[in-house]
Amino acid sequence: MEKVLEVKDLHVSFDTYGGVVKAVRGVNFDLKKGETLAIVGESGSGKSVTSKALMRLIPNPPGRIAKGEILFDGRDLAKLSEKEMQKIRGKDIAMIFQDPMTSLNPTMKIGSQIMEGLIKHQNLSKSTAKERALELLRLVGIPQPEVRINQYPHQFSGGMRQRVVVAVALSCNPKVLIADEPTTALDVTIQAQILELMKDLQNKIDTSIIFITHDLGVVANVADRVAVMYGGQIVEMGTVDEIFYDPRHPYTWGLLASMPSLDTSVQTELAAIPGTPPDLMNPPKGDAFAPRSSYALEIDFEHEPPMFQISDTHFAKTWLLHENAPAVEPPKAVVEKRRTMPSNFAKPRLAEEVVL
Amino acid sequence: MAEKLLEIKNLKQHFNVGKPNQVKAVDGISFDIYKGETLGLVGESGCGKSTTGRTIIRLYDATDGEVLFEGENVHGKKSRSDLKKFNRKMQMIFQDPYASLNPRMTVGDIIAEGIDIHGLSKTRKDRMEKVHELLKTVGLNKEHANRYPHEFSGGQRQRIGIARALAVEPEFIIADEPISALDVSIQAQVVNLMKKLQRDKQLTYLFIAHDLSMVKYISDRIGVMYFGKLVELAPSEELYKNPIHPYTQSLLSAIPLPDPESERTRKRTAYNPSIHNYAEGENLEMREISPGHFVYCSEKEFKQYQSIYKK
Repeated sequence: MEKVLEVKDLHVSFDTYGGVVKAVRGVNFDLKKGETLAIVGESGSGKSVTSKALMRLIPNPPGRIAKGEILFDGRDLAKLSEKEMQKIRGKDIAMIFQDPMTSLNPTMKIGSQIMEGLIKHQNLSKSTAKERALELLRLVGIPQPEVRINQYPHQFSGGMRQRVVVAVALSCNPKVLIADEPTTALDVTIQAQILELMKDLQNKIDTSIIFITHDLGVVANVADRVAVMYGGQIVEMGTVDEIFYDPRHPYTWGLLASMPSLDTSVQTELAAIPGTPPDLMNPPKGDAFAPRSSYALEIDFEHEPPMFQISDTHFAKTWLLHENAPAVEPPKAVVEKRRTMPSNFAKPRLAEEVVL
Repeated sequence: MAEKLLEIKNLKQHFNVGKPNQVKAVDGISFDIYKGETLGLVGESGCGKSTTGRTIIRLYDATDGEVLFEGENVHGKKSRSDLKKFNRKMQMIFQDPYASLNPRMTVGDIIAEGIDIHGLSKTRKDRMEKVHELLKTVGLNKEHANRYPHEFSGGQRQRIGIARALAVEPEFIIADEPISALDVSIQAQVVNLMKKLQRDKQLTYLFIAHDLSMVKYISDRIGVMYFGKLVELAPSEELYKNPIHPYTQSLLSAIPLPDPESERTRKRTAYNPSIHNYAEGENLEMREISPGHFVYCSEKEFKQYQSIYKK
């Protein structure tokens, strides 16, 4: 499938008084046309910083893209000027933010907020832009668009506001849509509607979506592929089935085991991941997850593990996949769901250069 | 059945009474909480679940209705000393661990505030020892007592909130979305801690949340709220196996599960309140479908639900 976006060895750092915070430390991935890539991880894992870096929304100073390439349409977004970037933002790459309460301008009618991008990027006249805006409101399922278009954000409920944000993001038919926790602030019922809506629209206009979340339930629902981030790096990546049914990295195990499913019995203790995320000002030597992992090997505290490849699409960054590593048993919750993936290689191999 | 710790009878909490913008946040709900159990309260935002919790602990004065704690009414006239006695038995853990701790007080003082107010320790040394003991209980170090809240992560702050609630040795704790603001990996830590404390100290919880899978895991019984009303109340297994009220069914169908296969095939149902088609003045109340399983419905619906349930 055609690649829309390629991220190569991305490093993002923030210069603070306390020192340099290395929020993203060498991230590689690509995005294919029409697919949904979910990025999961806890707060501070670098998932939001990665997505903001793609849009060049990292405030500089203190933040900067220290190293790496973001290839989009044959151009490296990391090196574009702000002016050139403005032509891409909202047009080719659009973003939906977490909080619909704060991502809309409270002093502007929602109609003008949708039309803004259309007039700027597509050179539409005011009246055609308005027609298109009405169409978009209808598309995202807002009743009575003729009335709603002249209202202000405070007249909308949270779910309706998020629909408006989706409409703004989709106004110019972007090639890539970055959704940063788009449903975290919403209720489950509204969340289900928004997810349904996004999938629907994706089918209609063939957009690629990068979906950032920490809710594994949502990931299972929307994603084609999943990247798990920890301490500013992607530690495991694969198709949604590979991540949920054949995870290999201890951190992914921990995430999956710490969530109760509806048939988790009350007697079983949740397998919490002990400790807290690493301090990215002084990233730990070796594997960043080792201090919190009960599966850590001695080598994990000395050398950072390389990326191993389990199948054409499945990668994991852990020493446990090395041929000399001892065999370990993942947590019970993971073992119960595990199944064999037919596309797996006979043996994990070392992925020299990670081209995902 | 175990003995009742708390009886809530026809509790109402209306805001802006008599004005055009009157809100019936909680509109006549009744339920009991038994000693040693965890009652989960779920519903979408704005359904009144948090208001219910806050009214029970008397952060709001109820518009109408009664809250009986060990047979004694919480609301109504009370002297300061009566209130103090009552406050010791009931404590609250708040949703946002960033906003619920005073940033200008050390963790030690935050935890010891209740101890000071109730005069639970005679000497400074005794007070310090109590604080250290509490910090240990919730999995922090005693060195943490001299630090300020901003020096802690979200999960650690929520532990401080729990330690503060435990300081006065309460019997009943209202936890208002205690894990919603925390990361997945940290949520499990806090939930495990709360369960352990419940076992060790025989606590009773009212657990308010919108994360249904977590609520199912921690609760013995679950109440579902919709627009200020309790629409269904049942033991948690029962509620998930046999949801009766259409709103509960829609809520359950909306939870995303961490399993790609079931996600691909599941159907979501939307709740449309107009399907009830209640007549004017119809007698709506909680009716018992099976032992311990109550549904808010009319007489006619009750018969209908019963016949469905039997199948």
